[in-house]
Amino acid sequence: MSEGRRLYLDGVSVVFDGFRALNNLSLIVEPGELRSVIGPNGAGKTTMMDVITGKTRPTAGKVLFGETDLTRMDEAGIANLGIGRKFQKPTMFDALTVFENLELALKAPRGPIACLRWKLNGEARTRIEQTMAEIGLTERAQDLAGILSHGQRQWLEIGMLLMQDPELLLVDEPVAGMTDSETEHTAALLVRIAGRRSVVVVEHDLEFVRALGRRVTVLCDGSVLSEGSIDHVQNDQRVIEVYLGR
Amino acid sequence: MKHPVLILLLLCALALPARAQDAFTAGLTGLGTGFNQTAEAVDRLGASGDPRALPLLRALADGRLLRQADGTLLIRGDAGVQDALTNAAAEAAGAEPVRLNNRVRVALRGALGRLQLVSPDPADRQAAAEAVFRSRSAENVPLLDAALARETVPAIRARLALALAASRLMADDPQNKLLGVTALGATSSPEARAVLLEARATNPAIAAQIEEAVAAIDQRLAVRRAAETLFQGLSLGSVLLLAALGLAVTFGVMGVINMAHGEFVMLGAYTTFIVQEALRGIPMLAPWSLPLAVPAAFLVTAACGAAMERGLIRHLYGRPLETLLMTFGVGMMIQQSVRLAFGAQNREIISPPWMQGTLMLPGEIAVTQNRLWILVFSLVILGLTVAAIRFTRFGLEMRAVTQKRAIAASMGIRTGHMDALTFAFGSGIAGIAGVALSQIDNVSPNLGTGYIIDSFLVVVFGGVGSLAGTLVGAFGLGIINKILEPWAGAVLAKVFVLVAAMLFIQRKPRGLFAQKGRAAEA
Amino acid sequence: MSLAVAPPVADARLRLGLRAGLGIFVLLLGIMPLLNLLPVTHPLHVSDFLVSVTGKWICYAILALSLDLAWGYAGILSLGHGAFFALGGYAMGMHLMRLIGPRGVYGHPVLPDFMVFLGYQELPWYWLGFDSFPFAMLMVLLVPGMLALIVGFLSFRSRITGVYLSILTQAMTFALMLAFFRNDMGFGGNNGFTDFKELLGFALNTSAARAGLFYASLVALVLSFLICLRLTRSKYGRVLTAIRDAESRVRFLGYNTTSHKLFAFVLSAMLAGLAGALYVPQVGIINPGEFSPANSIEAVIWVAVGGRGTLVGAVLGAFTVNGLKTWLTSAAPDLWLFVLGALFVAVTLFLPKGLIGLIKGRVQ
Repeated sequence: MSEGRRLYLDGVSVVFDGFRALNNLSLIVEPGELRSVIGPNGAGKTTMMDVITGKTRPTAGKVLFGETDLTRMDEAGIANLGIGRKFQKPTMFDALTVFENLELALKAPRGPIACLRWKLNGEARTRIEQTMAEIGLTERAQDLAGILSHGQRQWLEIGMLLMQDPELLLVDEPVAGMTDSETEHTAALLVRIAGRRSVVVVEHDLEFVRALGRRVTVLCDGSVLSEGSIDHVQNDQRVIEVYLGR
Repeated sequence: MKHPVLILLLLCALALPARAQDAFTAGLTGLGTGFNQTAEAVDRLGASGDPRALPLLRALADGRLLRQADGTLLIRGDAGVQDALTNAAAEAAGAEPVRLNNRVRVALRGALGRLQLVSPDPADRQAAAEAVFRSRSAENVPLLDAALARETVPAIRARLALALAASRLMADDPQNKLLGVTALGATSSPEARAVLLEARATNPAIAAQIEEAVAAIDQRLAVRRAAETLFQGLSLGSVLLLAALGLAVTFGVMGVINMAHGEFVMLGAYTTFIVQEALRGIPMLAPWSLPLAVPAAFLVTAACGAAMERGLIRHLYGRPLETLLMTFGVGMMIQQSVRLAFGAQNREIISPPWMQGTLMLPGEIAVTQNRLWILVFSLVILGLTVAAIRFTRFGLEMRAVTQKRAIAASMGIRTGHMDALTFAFGSGIAGIAGVALSQIDNVSPNLGTGYIIDSFLVVVFGGVGSLAGTLVGAFGLGIINKILEPWAGAVLAKVFVLVAAMLFIQRKPRGLFAQKGRAAEA
Repeated sequence: MSLAVAPPVADARLRLGLRAGLGIFVLLLGIMPLLNLLPVTHPLHVSDFLVSVTGKWICYAILALSLDLAWGYAGILSLGHGAFFALGGYAMGMHLMRLIGPRGVYGHPVLPDFMVFLGYQELPWYWLGFDSFPFAMLMVLLVPGMLALIVGFLSFRSRITGVYLSILTQAMTFALMLAFFRNDMGFGGNNGFTDFKELLGFALNTSAARAGLFYASLVALVLSFLICLRLTRSKYGRVLTAIRDAESRVRFLGYNTTSHKLFAFVLSAMLAGLAGALYVPQVGIINPGEFSPANSIEAVIWVAVGGRGTLVGAVLGAFTVNGLKTWLTSAAPDLWLFVLGALFVAVTLFLPKGLIGLIKGRVQ
């Protein structure tokens, strides 16, 4: 049934005190797919991420990751299934160094005892160093995350996402605060990842979405308004009305 | 032997007005001449129903009745010896106390009881009704009937009716017995129940009716117990409500955790004491010191609150754990200041007369006046708080600032100013709570310590940010506590309530009246 | 250990300095009972009072370490750690009571005096086994640990954090205090336990026993410090710090934060219990007053004054504040509560990183 489906949202609704943040939302993301999600403010993009990652329980509907029902799991369980998330506002651990942030994110046993007995071996170090090179923070390895600039924080959080080695990456506004060249670098990175992993990118920056050049979903009022290539949705009359026309 | 008595009678006849020549004087015949004669005289005096017989028989019972050789009766009182008939001062020389034996004592007990029933002093009549109820004899029925017809004080009437019904139960004819059973069954008295149960063994013929009457009493007792438990619960709830209400504003609405809240309550109680002392010399105002203490306490603690918010708390916004520790330290210093200024011992607050005593509600439900007033007071203060938040400009701005600070600021509301006012408002309510609590708790420097944990549990249990939740939380915890008390004891009941509230909060971290939606997600 | 996790140089020097300072301090503590043996007239003589009061402070320092682990590292501000301390103390007290045997006032072979007085016919079931030292020591750790496990599990699972958790733990110790005040709990009610005679065959009123307890406490402090150090320097310690600063983010990385916090909380409660168990034979009494919420919050201020989130800070704070307390309560008793209150205010407003932060500021 779920052949060819990495992520499957079916009729998902979320109601806060009468306000429908998500309204019968359905979405399918295939393995290896790179999907962009756009939509005006309050369209339900972040709520959708919250539902997938277990932060918010849906009022109705199904959320399947492969065969697994995500609505019954907590955030940690979902993350361990292989779903990684980058937040709109980059969030990391300011009291830890860049290296330590990445070390925490590195895929490894997560229990207290395992963490207590954890030894940083050569393989793990190599992975962390490779990632630091990828995100351009090698020089800052020993700096506390709290003193990084906004753009560097974006990169660090992307780095943490990579360390988790997830099957599905949920990326919320990855290029806010980045320079043009950094934005290009990010687009290339995401495209590269997408071959092996599924990636869902929420973004406001349409140029960035165009640069990704893949399938686009437009959300409005908590449900899918339009879906297709960037050219297709940009020419969709309804999309122009609610979003692009403004 | 009879000769002196005749002389006495003659003397009496001459000395007293004609109308006094009645059962009383006649009844005195033979008193003190021998045990049997004395007992008979006592019986006659008891039956006379004459109020003058009462002091005489009391003197006899206490061994203060003296008899002179000529038969004149004297009473030794605190003020000296008096003639028993004329009350004139008399010489006790040569007089002998009238002696008692068991027969006389038995007669005295009955006679005193009967005489007291008609005494002009209500306390006497009350005591007599008790005595007659305890002695329970069918002979008393006519007497009690008569007394009941005369009696006007409701409480004594109730006791008389009980005694009458109990005495009827001892009568020989079944008709009378049944009347007694019915009357006892109509009361809600545990004593009547005991009498009925006792009678059941000896009256198998009317056992069914007795069972029925006992069941009726049981039902009424259960209702009364429930009503009293409910009142005690409401009373405890009102105390919790008062203590928690200020916290519901400072913690619930503003999110500032103030561990010195209990000390503000304590300051309110001490303000009550200061107002009372200040007005002591002004006779016109002195009786009103308690009502006057309410605004005074509000102002004092509100000022303390405003100073604390501006001086200290605002530097720690967004750091609740630090705020908690800091305010705890402030509370400690306030407590120690009061201890040094007023001493560690309890200060006495005088309750106004209208707050003293016990009120009897229908169904013999006893309600202490001060607790009733505090219950009413707490609801009034809750109403005023809700009104201040809902319907005033201050409340509107306060809600605006706590909900969307930046937008409120952009609309010209001075947010810092509002923080200080809101915190002062909540602290002022704590002070008012202190005025009320001074009536039922010891006014000492650690008055507040006992309330802080309860208050926080009430606010969190009810749902942070909801005054309705605080109301339900306070009364809910109060009533549960009082329901548990009879079978768990006061301390364990409190422990159970604490544990239950903790478990509840763990099941529903947002409390009873949880705020829902996106606001709660933050 | 490795370049990657090595701290910046200035920080490392400071840390080395602090550790060295702590080592010297422990050595000084270690020779105190020996100096006590010198004749009273000797200039280096240390009085009995100072030795016994220092023994108490060592126990407080262990409590401070345990609280620092929960608050400074995991962000769990427990206002009920005094309860774990007191439970450990009660477990030890039960052992000491059983050891009194027939030497009590009533001379009952088994029952402690207060039970004879209250008319107990036999030992309540939960007193069984406490005559054995290993069992009692197990309980010293297990009872506080179990309580922490239950309270922690329920709270952390329901995601009760911050001040809510603080109030909950405060209510916990308050409820325990009320319960322990009751006579029919079987823990001596108001009076608690006292009149202890011996421990492990040593009469408690001898100076040898006192020195023994002193050294036992010192060893326990060093061990607790090393355990905490091992914990906080591991990746587990970094997970705790991460939970303290952004718990939900840690969950999204796949860490079950409930179990991590629970592990720290239970371990912390056990250390607190150990501190209480060492404390009771030294002061010779345990009563329900130890559960008083004020005690727990006072322990918090030791950690805050020293500097939370640093182990040296917790130890430093416990000794500093208690030293101040001992001095002031005899020099100016009325002043002490003012000073303590002012410490709360001053530390939170002006010295959020405590004395250690102050020292760090000076060094850098």
